[in-house]
Amino acid sequence: MTIANQNQKPTAAQTIPGANVPKLPIYLDYQATTPCDPRVVEVMLPYFTEKFGNPHSRNHQYGWDAEAGVEKARAQIASLIKADEKEIIFTSGATESNNLAIKGVAHFYKEKKNHIITTVTEHKCVLDSCRHLELEGFEVTYLPVQQNGLIDLDVLRKAITPKTAIVSIMAVNNEIGVIQPLAEIGKICRENHVFFHTDAAQAVGKIAIDVDAMNIDLLSISGHKIYGPKGIGALYVRRKPRVRLEALIHGGGQERGFRSGTLPTPLCVGLGEACAIAEREMGAEAVRLKKLSDRLYKGITDKLEEVYLNGDAEHRIPGNLNISFAHVEGEGLMMGIKDLCVSSGSACTSASLEPSYVLRALGVEVEMAHTSLRLGIGRFTTEQEVDYAVEHLVQAVLRLREMSPLWEMAQAGIDIKSIQWAEH
Amino acid sequence: MYSEKVVDHYENPRNVGGFGKEEAGVGTGLVGAPACGDVMKLQIKVGADGRIEDARFKTFGCGSAIASSSLATEWVKGKTLDEAETIKNTEIAQFLSLPPVKIHCSVLAEDAIKAAIKDYREKTGSADKAAE
Amino acid sequence: MNRGIYMDWNATAPLRPSALAAMTAALQEVGNPSSVHAFGRRARAWVDHAREAVTALVGAKAPLVTFTSGGTEANNLALNTRYNRPLIVSAIEHESVLRPARLAGAQIARVGRNGEVDVAHLNHLLDKAGAPAFVSVMLANNETGVIQPVAEIAHVAKAKGAVVHCDATQAIGRIAVDINELGVDYLTMSAHKIGGPQGVGALVLGGELPVEPLVQGGGQERNRRGGTENVAAIAGFGAAAQDAASLADSSRITALRDLLEEKLVAFGLPLTVFGRSAARLPNTTCFASGTKTAETLVMALDLAGVAISAGSACSSGKVRPSHVISAMGFDAATAGSAIRVSLGWQNAQADIDQFIAAWGRVQRAGLARSDDADSRISAA
Repeated sequence: MTIANQNQKPTAAQTIPGANVPKLPIYLDYQATTPCDPRVVEVMLPYFTEKFGNPHSRNHQYGWDAEAGVEKARAQIASLIKADEKEIIFTSGATESNNLAIKGVAHFYKEKKNHIITTVTEHKCVLDSCRHLELEGFEVTYLPVQQNGLIDLDVLRKAITPKTAIVSIMAVNNEIGVIQPLAEIGKICRENHVFFHTDAAQAVGKIAIDVDAMNIDLLSISGHKIYGPKGIGALYVRRKPRVRLEALIHGGGQERGFRSGTLPTPLCVGLGEACAIAEREMGAEAVRLKKLSDRLYKGITDKLEEVYLNGDAEHRIPGNLNISFAHVEGEGLMMGIKDLCVSSGSACTSASLEPSYVLRALGVEVEMAHTSLRLGIGRFTTEQEVDYAVEHLVQAVLRLREMSPLWEMAQAGIDIKSIQWAEH
Repeated sequence: MYSEKVVDHYENPRNVGGFGKEEAGVGTGLVGAPACGDVMKLQIKVGADGRIEDARFKTFGCGSAIASSSLATEWVKGKTLDEAETIKNTEIAQFLSLPPVKIHCSVLAEDAIKAAIKDYREKTGSADKAAE
Repeated sequence: MNRGIYMDWNATAPLRPSALAAMTAALQEVGNPSSVHAFGRRARAWVDHAREAVTALVGAKAPLVTFTSGGTEANNLALNTRYNRPLIVSAIEHESVLRPARLAGAQIARVGRNGEVDVAHLNHLLDKAGAPAFVSVMLANNETGVIQPVAEIAHVAKAKGAVVHCDATQAIGRIAVDINELGVDYLTMSAHKIGGPQGVGALVLGGELPVEPLVQGGGQERNRRGGTENVAAIAGFGAAAQDAASLADSSRITALRDLLEEKLVAFGLPLTVFGRSAARLPNTTCFASGTKTAETLVMALDLAGVAISAGSACSSGKVRPSHVISAMGFDAATAGSAIRVSLGWQNAQADIDQFIAAWGRVQRAGLARSDDADSRISAA
């Protein structure tokens, strides 16, 4: 799929005339990245050409035009999460936002507090930031998750100490799509005077977020997960009660000193427009995606046995299905559905052969984790694409099960765990 | 990403299936582990002349693992046990142009051949070997 | 609307058509370079291709280029890799070096009146440091355009065991830059100064050297910089780097800049052109003339349709004398009236004429009361 053929409506499926086959390959990896919405690209383009100024040049028209674009975008982002535009800091992406939020708070408050709470299923960049802080002498508590992928609020409550500076819990998990109870977490944090940061890269624009109602103090946003461009993100930083941060990147003092560097005007504008579109269309889009997602799941489970959904069935975004296809290895399966672009585990680590740490944290057995695929659907996914995906996925699983010694054993009633497997 | 030969063996695997374990002349090798993401079952059927007259496999694993075992069944056919035992993982890896991260697939295929031969010899008694 | 003529290329340059084409194409594709499927591999190809071009521009090897969100991040990343070495930077560095350097308690090397770093003083600081140092000196100054003796500094510093970083942001695409000839360990580049997009830059390594990441997670950029690659912007950076490599315009631009300075001299007003006796970038002139503040001049010229700047863009809007001119030993009044004209490939002789005409009007208008905003605006 190549999106953004100028004349193409965003939701139109490209079809080969006369055949009921969607344009191939089909992109089903919307948690890895999303296509930039053609409407977003269109808004960005003038800022590449006639409005190319440096938004920090405050003494001429080129600079003012760029600045106006950036500030409009800031307001659009703020509006989507019910924040004030002064509370939005542009960054290069959610990874930087997460690094800045966690390291920034930890460093600023280190004289008084030295404890951080997060979960074992966070994105790598949150876990890596926490590990880095541990090396510096901070203490980190990694909360477990329940079998459904959600944290236990009582466990969180008990983990908070007078030394806790920040709780960082993601809003929506990138691999399994489950939504954490943000409002409840926010309430607990506020009662205990602990800052609450949430990595909302997979949540913003997909579920309603209200930073005040949810008592969120810091929130990370990614451009390319919400149909905006790559290379841009934002960090919401609450002003009342005020959150203070030590900057990661120093220099010209842009973004109120929190983040120096020339702002990439077209990218900022693109993120703003992506947020504005999401704010308008999120409700209807969620309904449409739920229908598609149900169709996908039903299509698979109607035709295949021993298929398991990972993560809570209710508390999840409609765009994500993480499924274990017992006795079929995920990478081998991906090769059998080469017209479907899906992911086995998260994109950042799928080049490695280790099974997903997120699935392991849910208590999914290693052998079952090896059989899992993440199917991500989104704004440009069509019913026709879903039907094609179901058909080909089912075919591939049936074929590979015929070739699988584990499936053969399972059919013969042999318990795979009873076998002494050799290490290799 | 995958070589043409891997794709060919993945899409048109040779000798998928199995023999009855207790069938005469059959040796079965089961190697790997589900927790490691690959399991190979390779079976050989040895004829009266001591040559492997047929082979079958089933594999749980990635495309390279499937291709390695498929290729292994092709290569062992027509060979004596001693000849089949000399098949090296490096030859499989080279033939399939496996990338470094997939070398373990070829190692597993070599192990599967050896395990099947060992099983056959154990079943038929060491007399067989002594006679040769 | 007509935004007038643009002579502020050291703040940012317009996007080159080739960069726009590459970005527009890349923006219309989906794919995370870390994904192994076809879409991911296509995204990866954009990044790999750009890395080759960026690398070639400074004579490095591809694996030694780390993409960042821009020059500021690249400078911070370099300084973050100093590993407890005593830090020495020059007094005229960009804020993205100076600020983190001050936080780290750096020693500051002086510059001479011509805007060149005082190598003897830097040498003295190296001796005083007590341990092998980390030195950061820019290749060309953003305000004066003065080209620094970086190869000499690297030679002197490395003989004393120092690690050397060079912020080459303003030099790239304007003069030939070769990381090996400079002999530096780390080199900063920014895309938007060479007609690439804003929001991307690179830290280039002179060899297999460590990088201590600022932004962690995900393992991208060989674990030197986490975060999904900014594919479209990187593609644009690559295209711009390819175009910038030829330096095709440099003699034409030099001639325009020299013409501008001649015409300024011809006005007969007292005129100081900073760093004129030193080697300078072809496109940059920084000067002070008369008693008007830089801010007044910049605003008056903007109203006359000419976009220039006082000092660097990052500190524009904050009224304070240029730290660069002050470091060169000029008094506060002179430093406070310095303005910078920086040219690029879209400028032609007509723009110089228009600048001079506007300059004349602005100077005549303000003779009575130089800092009266109302008279300034009505006259302009």
